[in-house]
Amino acid sequence: MGDPVTLIAQWLENLMLGWGLAPQAVNLIMTVIGVVVIAVFVLVIDIFLVWVERKVVARFQDRLGPNRLGPFGLIQPVADVIKLLIKEDITPVGADRFVYNMAPVMALATVLMLWAVIPMAPTIVGSDINVGVLYVVAIGAISTLGIIMAGWSSNNKYALLGAFRMVAQMVSYEVPMVIALLVPVILAGTMGINAIVDAQSPVWFVVLAPIAAVIVFLTSIAELGRAPFDMVEAESEIVAGFHIEYTGMKFGMFYAGELLHALTVGGIISSLFLGGWRGPGAEAIPILGVGYLFIKAFFIYWVIMWLKYSLPRLRIDHMLGFNWKFLTPLSLVVVIVTAILQKVLVTSPYWLYVAGMLVANVLIAWITLLILRSRARTERKRVAEPRPVAAPPSTTVSSTTP
Amino acid sequence: MTGMHFVFLIVAVITLGAALMAVTSRNMVHAALWLILALFGVAITFAILNAGFLAVAQVIIYIGAISILMIFAIMMTRRLIADAGGQISSNWPWAALIAVVLFGGLWWLLSGWGGFNTTLPSISARADPLVELGQALVSPSAYIIPFEVASVLLLAALIGAIIIAWERK
Repeated sequence: MGDPVTLIAQWLENLMLGWGLAPQAVNLIMTVIGVVVIAVFVLVIDIFLVWVERKVVARFQDRLGPNRLGPFGLIQPVADVIKLLIKEDITPVGADRFVYNMAPVMALATVLMLWAVIPMAPTIVGSDINVGVLYVVAIGAISTLGIIMAGWSSNNKYALLGAFRMVAQMVSYEVPMVIALLVPVILAGTMGINAIVDAQSPVWFVVLAPIAAVIVFLTSIAELGRAPFDMVEAESEIVAGFHIEYTGMKFGMFYAGELLHALTVGGIISSLFLGGWRGPGAEAIPILGVGYLFIKAFFIYWVIMWLKYSLPRLRIDHMLGFNWKFLTPLSLVVVIVTAILQKVLVTSPYWLYVAGMLVANVLIAWITLLILRSRARTERKRVAEPRPVAAPPSTTVSSTTP
Repeated sequence: MTGMHFVFLIVAVITLGAALMAVTSRNMVHAALWLILALFGVAITFAILNAGFLAVAQVIIYIGAISILMIFAIMMTRRLIADAGGQISSNWPWAALIAVVLFGGLWWLLSGWGGFNTTLPSISARADPLVELGQALVSPSAYIIPFEVASVLLLAALIGAIIIAWERK
């Protein structure tokens, strides 16, 4: 009842067992079918995402967006895909052909691989591995590799610069991300994403660990390489970064991968902090869970777009300073406080546990804001100080360093 | 069980082939990419052995950190990517001798080892191997000392890196 996916799967399994296939072979075939179904489902959503992105951008910029082709311009992505497919496919001179062609595949495939561990409903779970959170981090590392491959093989200095920036950004933002991901792991006592969703039964983790949720959200945007962290493809500096030489469907795969990655980040954050498939009636009618998960994922995706089209690009030293001087210490503090409170409050009643966690997070946020305010005050005072026009080099150096 | 053997054979051939290409490839970036494929093959071997944590840790550490740093270093020295010199060092007979002796020694040791024929103890279904690993790492009767020593070593490396990069005024 209420779960057509499992019903169809069981029907298919019984059908194939009825044909006299070995149970192992049936298991293998069902696994392959599951992989294909999830990948196709996600890729079809991806086509739709092009329309979502263009429409939402348009609203943020006070335009209408695509509105000519079909109702609300819904056929527009199909036209986009056809355009990409019939474009001339260019391989630059001196490019490393195999690596050049592999890079877009890696970019899209790594995003698809993330969907393997996101539980869509209580009964629809791709792969319930006990290291789900680490798996997400590992796939992120492989996606960095795809971008390096694209940047290096294009034989273009802007592409290479884009790849360098990507690595600097990814490697440094991975640190607070992994530390903050430890918080839901501590709260749930497991690294399996399915079990983490199960652990959020009365209260979502975003209430227990709001700061960790925000840190994971910000670092995820940095991993996406989206504005305000889009140093990777800064149009005004390095043209388009790593995908400068790609045309046609190869560019399309990077583009589709980026859009889908944003939605996937939404899915991961909603699974870790917003209760995943949880919602009214999702236990009784599991198919509702898919709807809830995608509503939450699209909400996060919408916030990502909102930030992207509202904020200017950060300078690279500001971006790295924000990571190392702000996010990393903050995430360390949050992890230590959460771990201690988890041990202290483990025997107390549930309402006290939730309230304790929330109050601790609010306190950390308040202290952080106080520290930031005093820093900003000294910084303003330093900038406002009159400086001699021609100062010896030593004085200028000491006055610019905080 | 034959299906698993089949998968293992494919993965083993890919891993060994990629490892061979990593040391014979003339292009440095290609060599690094082949190395990544070989390391990924090792990760899949861990996954076949039901060691999910080791598989994922292998990918994060070796592919996510070490290989990317290596590619980074190679890309910084672009002139040296295609090295035109000979690929075989003049010391190859010694290397071959050491390799043969090592391989023969391992062969001799492992052929006398009875572990291949013993049946493995089954993992209890309710215990999470990850939880057991985590508790073993911090329990005084297991691996607390090596774990702490490794932590101190990493901390020393971190401090060392900061001191090297420190801007002297």
